[in-house]
Amino acid sequence: MAKANFETPAFRPYPVIPIIKKDVMRGPGPYLAKPDMQRDLGFPEELVDDWHDKAIAKMGDLLGKYRSLRVYLDSCVKCGACTDKCHYMIGTNDPKNMPVARQDLLRNVYRRYFTWPGKLFPKLVGAQDLTKDVLDDWYNYYHQCSQCRRCSVFCPYGIDTADISMAAREILDVVGKGQKYCNEIIAKVYKIGNNLGLPDKALRNTVEGLEEDIKDETGVDVRLPVDVEGADVLLVTPSADFFAEPHIDGLIGYAKVFHQAGISWTLSSHASEAANFGMFIGSYENMQRVSLRVQKAARDLKVKRLVFGECGHAWRVAYSFLNTLVGPFDFLDQRYPIPQHICEFTYDLIQKGALTLDKSRNDHRRLTFHDSCNVARGSSMGGVPGGQFTIPRELIKASCNYFYDMPSDTICDQTYCCGGGGGLLTDDLMELRVKGALPRMEALKSVVDNHGVTHMASICAICKTQFSKVMPYYGFEMDQIISVHQLIGDAIVLSPE
Amino acid sequence: MAIQADGKTIDTDEEGYLTDLSSWTEGAAKVLAAQDEIELTDSHWEVINFLRDYYNEYQIAPAVRVLTKAIGKKLGKEKGNSKYLYELFPYGPAKQACRFAGLPKPTGCV
Repeated sequence: MAKANFETPAFRPYPVIPIIKKDVMRGPGPYLAKPDMQRDLGFPEELVDDWHDKAIAKMGDLLGKYRSLRVYLDSCVKCGACTDKCHYMIGTNDPKNMPVARQDLLRNVYRRYFTWPGKLFPKLVGAQDLTKDVLDDWYNYYHQCSQCRRCSVFCPYGIDTADISMAAREILDVVGKGQKYCNEIIAKVYKIGNNLGLPDKALRNTVEGLEEDIKDETGVDVRLPVDVEGADVLLVTPSADFFAEPHIDGLIGYAKVFHQAGISWTLSSHASEAANFGMFIGSYENMQRVSLRVQKAARDLKVKRLVFGECGHAWRVAYSFLNTLVGPFDFLDQRYPIPQHICEFTYDLIQKGALTLDKSRNDHRRLTFHDSCNVARGSSMGGVPGGQFTIPRELIKASCNYFYDMPSDTICDQTYCCGGGGGLLTDDLMELRVKGALPRMEALKSVVDNHGVTHMASICAICKTQFSKVMPYYGFEMDQIISVHQLIGDAIVLSPE
Repeated sequence: MAIQADGKTIDTDEEGYLTDLSSWTEGAAKVLAAQDEIELTDSHWEVINFLRDYYNEYQIAPAVRVLTKAIGKKLGKEKGNSKYLYELFPYGPAKQACRFAGLPKPTGCV
């Protein structure tokens, strides 16, 4: 693994609009998917000979299916409001990472083939033929968008730029130019059941080890059940929660919450993954196929409730799309939210007084909270507007004495992406990931300097991995990122039965 | 891409992981480590051997927590933590150590 050769951006004294550096992030893009990965997802194994016609036909197909896409492509007036809102633009200074410019890579081709002015007078309206260079630019720059939709918050027309990136990636997949990171992972979900490739036996071994750890720490038998038919709750969580640090402490936190609330629950070896990378590649069919596993597990295990663990885009898929993808969930208990977020679940228990939390156990930590983009801008929770912002913060405040928010233009609906979302959390994009983390790192620095913050909590597996990897580039420690449910888990007072 | 080790040509993918897990040799581990400017010590081998044994049984690399616990049991509590493992494998025990051990790269949000 060759060491990436780049400079970590310096903190800016004032976060002003960066001076652009043309083509600085031009390149071949991330590794291409291997033929077998493409095949597993139903895409051509490599770039097809008639890629041009196939790409235009697919664009036409998407325009027909999604009226929204045509509106987004038609309605941009080049006002410039989005230009400096993208973390990748801020971190890399490449003008094609201005959201408008990145969208224009697709929009210009759309104009040429699907609008009369573009067909008749292409030069007058900036319409562009689809050439191999343009296709390569799509591949490169649509893998420099994490589909976080921060720019969309500032767009006066409400253009959903993530939808445009997703459409571009789907076209690329259909012509045989898929991305290795995403497609390898989706193929693993089909073959093994999760992104990690964690087989049933290893899953059971891992959770048994965690049960021992909790017993050693607390003296209490807290279970992490797998495939228990008839449990009340099916918990679907990202497989990173079984594998990575700090994620695994969040999983322990969920288990302690279930234990103290006395609610029976189970994990599923069939749906051992909450993540759904089908969304990142814009593929409805793959998103549906991944979601079906969750629905099947809920049916087979005869549970009453469906709860999702800490995973940003999983929650967007669950909250916004699950019912239309694989519903109806009429077989679940209709008195509870379907699906429910683990933060909602825990918050509800705290409101009822069902959890005993000793905040002082977290007194060695001073917290801030990183809103994950797909939760912040793609969903809600708790049945109240803004619940996705208040509920995780209430959980932190219920388990810690010291909480400080980062600057207001970097949190809630204006949150910055961690820099690794949207299918970009791969080693071959390390330069992009480090540079894209700049605005979040600056915001963290301000609360570290002003309030002595020691840890940043998050509710997304991608954010946690990304931060533990990039924080050292900015002078922080890798373990300053933490799961919200680790804080709950550490504060919870368990008593031996 | 390929590496030369123990008189054999061993194929690797573009990220430097072996394409055929059965082609691994101790020499291959040394060559892969040298690419990252690491000289393998007994401490590295403890981890590499544990990873290979675990993989043989479970068809996946162990969770970082499982690895730290096992190393802690074997080499003493002060070494059973991620910090120690990161000292040995600066790019991360999960990915870098797997690469040297000839295991596939852990994928997903890790």
